[in-house]
Amino acid sequence: MFPFSFEWIWDLGHMVFHGGLWYALTIIGLGMTYCVIKAVLDTQKDNGSHHH
Amino acid sequence: MDAALIPKGAKRCPLWQFLAGLTPVALILLWGVYAMLLCWMKGLNQTNMNNAYGFALWIWADLAVIALGGGAFFSGFLKYLVGKDELKNIINYAVLIGFVCYSSALLILAIDIGQPLRGWFIFWHANIHSMLTEVAFCLTCYFFVLTIEYLPLMLENRQLDRIPFFHKLSHNMHEIMAIFAATGAFLSFFHQGSLGGVAGVLFGRPFGFREHILIWPFTFFLFTWSAAAYGPCFTIMITKITEKITRKKLVKDNVIWLLAKISGWMMLTYAVAKTLDTIYWASVTVPEKGFALSYFYTNNALYGYWILFVELVLCGWVPALLLVSRKTRENNKILWLAVILGVIGVSLNRWVMVLQVLAVPVLPFLQWVLYYPSWQEVATTILPVAYGIILISLSYRYLPIFPQEAELNPIEPPPVAEAQEAGPEIEPDSPEASGGDLQPAQA
Repeated sequence: MFPFSFEWIWDLGHMVFHGGLWYALTIIGLGMTYCVIKAVLDTQKDNGSHHH
Repeated sequence: MDAALIPKGAKRCPLWQFLAGLTPVALILLWGVYAMLLCWMKGLNQTNMNNAYGFALWIWADLAVIALGGGAFFSGFLKYLVGKDELKNIINYAVLIGFVCYSSALLILAIDIGQPLRGWFIFWHANIHSMLTEVAFCLTCYFFVLTIEYLPLMLENRQLDRIPFFHKLSHNMHEIMAIFAATGAFLSFFHQGSLGGVAGVLFGRPFGFREHILIWPFTFFLFTWSAAAYGPCFTIMITKITEKITRKKLVKDNVIWLLAKISGWMMLTYAVAKTLDTIYWASVTVPEKGFALSYFYTNNALYGYWILFVELVLCGWVPALLLVSRKTRENNKILWLAVILGVIGVSLNRWVMVLQVLAVPVLPFLQWVLYYPSWQEVATTILPVAYGIILISLSYRYLPIFPQEAELNPIEPPPVAEAQEAGPEIEPDSPEASGGDLQPAQA
């Protein structure tokens, strides 16, 4: 649930529960994004050095 | 036939033998899938759950596998955050076992909710007053973490690793694995705890109710502690079973002993805490609620004082003391005994906190309600076991799960005469010439 959903209430329970959920998902998402982007860049770099 | 997929330096049985071994397990899996489909298509009337048992065999299995899968988060915590580097030799297997346990837990929940298509409701229309909402959040997120921890292992398959992108992705994931491990430990602390908290907040059921520290009942901390203590026990037990089946030593003794020692101390401290909790509950909480201890352990056919003795002493104190002492821990037979008792102990604790809680009458005119699962419930509970055996078998066969395997089981070179005979039949560039190791496409 997002804060802009009609069910959302600005109370401690919603902020703690959903804050924790989005916090964990953000770490997981950012971590994986970093790994994938770095792997793409490293692979391109290696391919480039093979061609030259 | 599949030689090119088998990890370097590892020897595996022929494919036909592997498939023949898996066939009975696959049949059991199909039986479970059939029962699962019955539950989904015909509804939860396929089970023996009723108004007294909203939670039943599935939830016990769920809590048990989540506790037993705790070896993954605790081993990760020890390796990446505490710095116990020796555990790198067993962490892959702990992750795999954790992945099996948590995917099984989610599968069981998908059956238990009856309408899996509405599974997302718990995230979107969340009841923030329920500990189970927090369990659902953390369980799902932790399953993502376990998938991320298992993914590099899959990418290290001999053929996948040859693809440069996969090789680099796996390498990058290993590099920041500590972040994922820390996230996993954080998530595990809360969902393990909240599973215990569910029983502890039931003020209408004095058998489960416990005193609180702030908003958390004692059971919150006991569940987290027991998962961290007994999870590694299960990892050791499955490792030992794998070694028996494969007839190979896969992990060096010093690694097993280290994990057993840590697990033993965790179990001992847990046994102290659990005993104190039980004494306080029996002598203060229960009388305050107007009951006598005997009310919870008599007048029924199953739940006697024996269950308290087995859980606390036989499967609590005994394995803890056996693992704490170096002499007993380093004796293979006693180690086996201790880990088996430990696994039974934590599973029994979950049974008591899920099913005995519901069996005890809560009003003077009620009777004890005993429950027998239907065959569909039994089949769907065995289903994850079959799934786990298949996934572990496939992973063992095709992935480098055990870093010490090659060192502990060196492959003898073929006799000279055999090699000469085979020589002319094998082309120098063929996969067989390099033991099935294909040459990189890029090289």
